[in-house]
Amino acid sequence: MADQKQNDHKSEDLHDDGVDRRGFLKCMAWAGTGLVWTMSGGILVSRAFSKKVGSHANSGDLTFVQISDSHMGFNKPANTDVIGTLKTAIDQVNGLATPPEFLLHTGDISHLSKPEEFDNVDQILKGATAKDIFYVPGEHDLLDDGNGKAYLDRYGKNAKGAGWYSFDKKGVHFIGLVNVVNLKAGGLGSLGHEQLEWMEDDIKHLQHSTPIVVFAHIPLWSVYPEWGWGTDDSAQALGYLKKFGSVTVLNGHIHQIMQKVEGNVTFHTARSTAFPQPEPGKAPSPGPMKVPADQLKSVLGITDVNYVTGKHALAVVDSTLG
Amino acid sequence: MKKRWQVTGFVAQAMIAVGLLAGLSSRINGQQPTSTEVKIDNFSFNPATLTVAVGATVTWINRDDIPHTVVSTDGVFKSKTLDTDEKFSYTFTKAGTYSYFCSIHPKMTGKIVVQ
Repeated sequence: MADQKQNDHKSEDLHDDGVDRRGFLKCMAWAGTGLVWTMSGGILVSRAFSKKVGSHANSGDLTFVQISDSHMGFNKPANTDVIGTLKTAIDQVNGLATPPEFLLHTGDISHLSKPEEFDNVDQILKGATAKDIFYVPGEHDLLDDGNGKAYLDRYGKNAKGAGWYSFDKKGVHFIGLVNVVNLKAGGLGSLGHEQLEWMEDDIKHLQHSTPIVVFAHIPLWSVYPEWGWGTDDSAQALGYLKKFGSVTVLNGHIHQIMQKVEGNVTFHTARSTAFPQPEPGKAPSPGPMKVPADQLKSVLGITDVNYVTGKHALAVVDSTLG
Repeated sequence: MKKRWQVTGFVAQAMIAVGLLAGLSSRINGQQPTSTEVKIDNFSFNPATLTVAVGATVTWINRDDIPHTVVSTDGVFKSKTLDTDEKFSYTFTKAGTYSYFCSIHPKMTGKIVVQ
């Protein structure tokens, strides 16, 4: 069905700029089936994946992959082999037509922050062709007795505070944020004053034409506050980014794809490599969702992101593990 | 008649002792016995508000496939991370209302009323 819809869509989507907003809404129903999302001038547009692959072999382009929520150590019925599915994800990354320059892991690397869980992930990720991996923690990564010391010792050597940092790749400015510490009773994810101040300062010197990628574990937009799927002070962070023409926000945490465009900001959440979670409000709680074993890989996945030089656009492609 | 009262008094005292030991001391006020277990299930504390007597020990047990914590908002008590089927207990020695939440999933909140 999804393939059919994609084919239908291609017939009206063959010029370089992709689809209009009406087309985008139509695409929402089948995101994740091998489609390229491109953000251009604040409007999310799409093109067929095959066309995209052939269209940008430019050495100035940037391709990276987001993986998320590997939950190493999880062993409940929703997935008793999270090692196997993470390996499958990395095999899939290594097989991409355009090899990624690096990986982003948007948190919940481990399930219980145990050293052996982090060790297992590290071992599997050594199999990735891309050697640079950038992390932000999920709430499951800060459960050690040191309240996150284990995570910081391993992944946060060059980070500030609870693990936030920024870096630049081929003209794109990346900001890794932490919104899973000092959470308040009844509240959502939280960035906190210190991190917000750092972020405001971090982007001060950037030209407004610089493409920005923000990545953090919990969504930085209000996906479903009833389940805690949002960040209390994200509006302040996004306020700092208003002056930029191209902002892409990549999150995890909710184990499913969600997209939203607001002004010049595209929000995107990635699938997990471990287990799916229910759609907002479609279950009594956001707990792990058990699907038939032969369908598991169809609800897990990776996210491939491309920046095409000169096009001032980022394309986001989700693909499932099977 | 007098003897019967004494017997009743003895039974009542025994119940107090047993009740305190078992954390069921709400019986001394003539209330319905309240469970002192809070079940963590479907990302919520059940019951969300639990009333117990001074001296009661409350036990939380995690029945979810996801770890949770039990953390007092005023810093009175704090569990370690509770994986599936793990428990945490705390004995309340002073009257008052104790609000708590799961520090991993802060939308999960609960209250223990000690009287």
